[in-house]
Amino acid sequence: MSTETSAGSEGSLSDEEIAKLQARVDELESELADVQSEVGDSPKKMVIIATKGTLDMAYPPLILASTAAAFGYDVTVFHTFWGLEILHEENSKELQLSSVGNPNMPVPNAIAALPGMDRVTTRLMENRIEDNDVATVESLIQTSLDSGVDLQACQMTIDLLDYDEDDFYDGVTTGVGAASAFQEMVDADIQLLV
Amino acid sequence: MSMDPTQTLDVKGQNCPMPVVKTKGAFDELGAEETLEVVATDSGSMSDIEGWAESTDGATLLDQVEAIENGEDVYKHYIQKAE
Repeated sequence: MSTETSAGSEGSLSDEEIAKLQARVDELESELADVQSEVGDSPKKMVIIATKGTLDMAYPPLILASTAAAFGYDVTVFHTFWGLEILHEENSKELQLSSVGNPNMPVPNAIAALPGMDRVTTRLMENRIEDNDVATVESLIQTSLDSGVDLQACQMTIDLLDYDEDDFYDGVTTGVGAASAFQEMVDADIQLLV
Repeated sequence: MSMDPTQTLDVKGQNCPMPVVKTKGAFDELGAEETLEVVATDSGSMSDIEGWAESTDGATLLDQVEAIENGEDVYKHYIQKAE
């Protein structure tokens, strides 16, 4: 039995081939190091698309956004359609809640549909929010902005609803569209539609 | 158990997500090896702050204490910052 490895036999590599492979390994290692440093350096990212403008639905995006910022995430909330109401300085203080079509509310639809009932259910909810020490929408917006959350107002919907850029809270990003939201989502670790 | 906190953050009367959000703010201001005491009335802060500390580099949750002060339930959290 021979333990000798046969140099020059079929299957062995020439010096030139070995050098080539070594160069390739070096190249891949340096690429891997680049990728690793890129992943390690950049913070994680979350993007939320907020489309609803009722009092109850204003909360989930704002609570998640400020919480994710506390976890060190880069957070963008892109507000479109009725989600714009949350960023509208005046309207955000008067967000409504309706019992119509909401089986979780203790009011039958036939009564909930009567004029003025949205005002009643909204008032009830506002009282509960206050009694339970839940922050107001306004203060959550301020907290989010202070935590570095990028609150964006979709330009197309601003035009569609005939709003002005000055209608929104200071610090809100305007002049952005679907493409920039999409780009943010591509790079994000978490993407949510609310 | 005394933790000798360097700073105390009072978030009594504040509900989710404020205890975690404000803890993060106070933690960022903390110096190395200093300890932050967070006093909350939100029972959810027990799991929220535990989870936050677990996911946050340099944060160690030393202890969590449940107590009754002036007739109300309070939840105290002790978080230390690494060097």
